[in-house]
Amino acid sequence: MIEFKHIKKSFGDNLVLNDVSHVMENGKANLIIGTSGSGKTVLQKCLVGLFEPDSGEILYDGISFTVMTEDDRKTLRQQIGMLFQNSALFDSMTVEQNIMFPLDMFTKKNHSEKLKRVNEVLERVNLKDVNKKFPAEISGGMKKRVGIARAIVLNPKYLFCDEPNSGLDPQTSMVIDKLIYDITKEFNITTVINTHDMNSVMEIGENILYMYQGKKEWSGTNKDIIFSKNERLNNFIFASEFLKDAKDMRMLEAKGKIDNGRNMDDLLK
Amino acid sequence: MTVFSHFGRYLLMIKGMFTRPENIRMYWKEFMHQCVDIGIGSLGIVSLISFFIGAVCAVQTSYQLVSPIIPRSTIAQIVRDSIILEFSTTLACIVLAGVIGSKIASELGNMRVSEQIDALEIMGINTKAYLVLPKIVAALVTIPLLVVIGMTLGILGGRVAAIGSGVLDATTYDKGLLQNFVPYNVYFALIKSYVFAFIISSIPAYFGYNVKGGALEIGKSSTKSVVVSCIMLLCADYVLSQLLLNTTSH
Repeated sequence: MIEFKHIKKSFGDNLVLNDVSHVMENGKANLIIGTSGSGKTVLQKCLVGLFEPDSGEILYDGISFTVMTEDDRKTLRQQIGMLFQNSALFDSMTVEQNIMFPLDMFTKKNHSEKLKRVNEVLERVNLKDVNKKFPAEISGGMKKRVGIARAIVLNPKYLFCDEPNSGLDPQTSMVIDKLIYDITKEFNITTVINTHDMNSVMEIGENILYMYQGKKEWSGTNKDIIFSKNERLNNFIFASEFLKDAKDMRMLEAKGKIDNGRNMDDLLK
Repeated sequence: MTVFSHFGRYLLMIKGMFTRPENIRMYWKEFMHQCVDIGIGSLGIVSLISFFIGAVCAVQTSYQLVSPIIPRSTIAQIVRDSIILEFSTTLACIVLAGVIGSKIASELGNMRVSEQIDALEIMGINTKAYLVLPKIVAALVTIPLLVVIGMTLGILGGRVAAIGSGVLDATTYDKGLLQNFVPYNVYFALIKSYVFAFIISSIPAYFGYNVKGGALEIGKSSTKSVVVSCIMLLCADYVLSQLLLNTTSH
């Protein structure tokens, strides 16, 4: 579980995070959503320690990250995996070397044990025959999967994903979402996902934090979103007419006016 | 950002490099990789430049030294001292500032922009220690070796040009090389090469490590790092000459 309280962060005169508090729950897909510039990336970078918050507290399973020594942070970071927006794979290394890197750095396993672990995680993310390929030789979706494989190779307790679906087609996005969700459940990880993707919100959003202009505007689950009266949230989530209609349909469905089998013959008559 | 804040951040980067390595074997691997990149990678250009500078130095010295009262072997002596004191270090290091400096700045800049440095930080790796320190240590090990190779090839280039163009015969050139030889000059050149190696590896590392933006900024930081390195090289050259080459120093 990751809890953060009253986080403030500014760059010069620009206040990016203003008193943000929330709890990211264990074993759940925790989503941070919001428009561009709402502060979600800065919040995630504060959580992993890439930025220092100006004030507030971050607790990893009750232990304060903000007051930890650099050595303690290093130890904690070995329990954190992160998938970056552009995957951040090391260009000069093959897929196998990229995934093996954390094992090389932090374990005393021999080469065959490390290779076995690399193949295990590659299999887990459904990748085959890519061990010797360089990042430039694989597709965007494959890069994301390699990024996930590298992030989980040390069996982390916390997984952070920054825009995991950016630049991917809807179908591949759903595959990546499902993969992250399944891994979260399988290994009981606290997963924090920054996203713009409405499919992700509706499919895997078990604990959603909606940010607006650096503040926590709303929080809840993907089921709560449908019935939310928050105008800013509704404008953000159901931005297009199509999605507004979809929301109305879902509400009718929930109220029993359309049956759960989506049989809309009566409405079409 | 002012010069002083850049200097402050540069010093903080240097300070931040000295922490306990997470895995000494990985650091050694990275160090060896950098030795190959910086040392072997620059051997060709340093050899070529040194050889031709020696040759040009011999031809131009003989062109200017026309007095009948000065022995011809003095040409070899001048070539030797010019190569050892200045050309093998300063000129070679200015070229290396371009070759190695731009490579270091663009490599680190690209890693910064594509979030590879952030990825390493999140793994719990001190990126200053893992990415910058091996580059600086590799430069400190390999650049003095390149300078020594450059000295030898420069003097050889002078010999080839002097004999080839008929300025001197081999015996006179060799005699001139041994004439009034001051071993301290070699020490001076080596001291300079260590200082220059530090400058041409650490300054580009600073500019590359702190890139903000995209591809355009990587290019700008690479150019800036080469310009600043060259200026710092020339300043250091003057200061070291002033400090170490007064008449009482040897």
